[in-house]
Amino acid sequence: MTDAPLLSVRGLNAWYGESHALHGVDLEVFQGETVTLLGRNGVGKTTTLRSIMGLIRKRTGEISFDGKDLMRMPLHHTARAGLGYVPEERGIFATLTVDENLILPPVVAKGGMSVEEIFDLFPNLKERRNSQGTKLSGGEQQMLAIARMLRTGVKMLLLDEPTEGLAPVIVQRIGELLATLKQRGMTILLVEQNFRFASRIADRFYLMEHGKVMAGFPVGELPDRMGQLHEVLGV
Amino acid sequence: MTMIFGIPLQAFLGQLLVGLINGSFYAMLSLGLAIIFGLLRVINFAHGAQYMLGAFVGYLLLVHFGVGYWPALLIVPIVVGITGIIIERLALSKLYDIDPLYGLLFTFGLALVIEGIFRYYFGVSGNPYSVPELLAGGTNLGFMFLPNYRGWVVVASLAVCLGTWFAIEKTKLGAYLRAATENPRLVQAFGVNVPLLLTLTYGLGSALAGLAGILAAPVYQVSPLMGSNLIIVVFAVVVVGGMGSIMGAIVTGYMLGLAEGLTKVFYPEASNIVIFVIMAIVLLVRPAGLFGKDA
Repeated sequence: MTDAPLLSVRGLNAWYGESHALHGVDLEVFQGETVTLLGRNGVGKTTTLRSIMGLIRKRTGEISFDGKDLMRMPLHHTARAGLGYVPEERGIFATLTVDENLILPPVVAKGGMSVEEIFDLFPNLKERRNSQGTKLSGGEQQMLAIARMLRTGVKMLLLDEPTEGLAPVIVQRIGELLATLKQRGMTILLVEQNFRFASRIADRFYLMEHGKVMAGFPVGELPDRMGQLHEVLGV
Repeated sequence: MTMIFGIPLQAFLGQLLVGLINGSFYAMLSLGLAIIFGLLRVINFAHGAQYMLGAFVGYLLLVHFGVGYWPALLIVPIVVGITGIIIERLALSKLYDIDPLYGLLFTFGLALVIEGIFRYYFGVSGNPYSVPELLAGGTNLGFMFLPNYRGWVVVASLAVCLGTWFAIEKTKLGAYLRAATENPRLVQAFGVNVPLLLTLTYGLGSALAGLAGILAAPVYQVSPLMGSNLIIVVFAVVVVGGMGSIMGAIVTGYMLGLAEGLTKVFYPEASNIVIFVIMAIVLLVRPAGLFGKDA
């Protein structure tokens, strides 16, 4: 870890039309860390990711990534700065084959995986490389959504609920995958409802409520915080 | 004389050829419309004017600069494409975030302005554009006489349509275009310059209309109204094929051209409305169009 955070968000406010969704979010993610945003539905976790990525343009505050000011960038420059985005709905394209989906995002930096390496990691995708993207199962689509970001050489992934709606065996595989990525030095900001899943892979947590970060703590404090988490998350 | 359903074979094949020629232009024009609508969600009412512009640029190149048909075949799409790019940058791109109706209204107004300007300078009577020497005359196919230029139009339009289809379905740039048609924000979040892609797509669609225009110049008269006569039929083609479907636009273009030709043989009175009758039936049975995805 270096001293300066890779991603730093200060006083982030965001709006959907007239609706004020984020009320001053502060968070930091350091190089190589996996950080999870926890919180109930509708507290602004997805909005936080979308605002960092620049998909929500009506936003104020400060977002810096790898020394660059993301607030001033047009949307298509965020990825080039080194941020990869895996949306909640996965965003697999129906009119593209698996192969085409995989190589769609442009390479933004050296150090990404080759298509061969990705297929070693995801043998299922290789078998179905000529299928229509949306003909894959939900789990395979999630794998593809993550896999296509690995080719691009991004430094950090924003993952929005990668386990949502998936069978336990697939959730376990995604957990193993994220652990592998972490070993390779990938920095990850994860939004997750599946608390057990998150607790196995995250280094730190932020707890969100009402469009704000209420608390941040490392994985070691988890046992002491269970009471608070039960109350806030209703788990 | 050989007869088919009580019609002389010569007349039958002659009308079929006319249908195929018309279909070639329907296909090229509806293809451009489908590409533009798919990505920009703009119903490009200026498409007929851009087709007319293509024919006029070719005509003016010949009359004022002595530039012949073959170089014009390259210059015209570039010129019309660049005007398309300028239109998109200066005006259309400002309208994406508001109701799609504004894009339609803007291009409709633009078409009226362009056609008005050409009517002011050139009147409504057509200007002839002669067939290039290489393609003058015709070939006797044994069962019918085929004017060479018309044969060329069919071949050229097939090549343009299939080439465009291939570029969209089988290349990396085409994959960007297809993906951005589905979800432009996500594609842009992946680092693709989607605003530039939109500009180039409108330029490409305009260039296709211009190319169709110069191909049409020796077949039809070069007149300020040639686009508005055609564009209504082309919109029917796009609706029948399915809005935004590339292959649908191409196949439907040829099919409806042939249907129109056949109707001229068997029931000439209906030939002007047959396409709209087919459109009405298709809309009743399959509202998304023959090749459209059921939404």
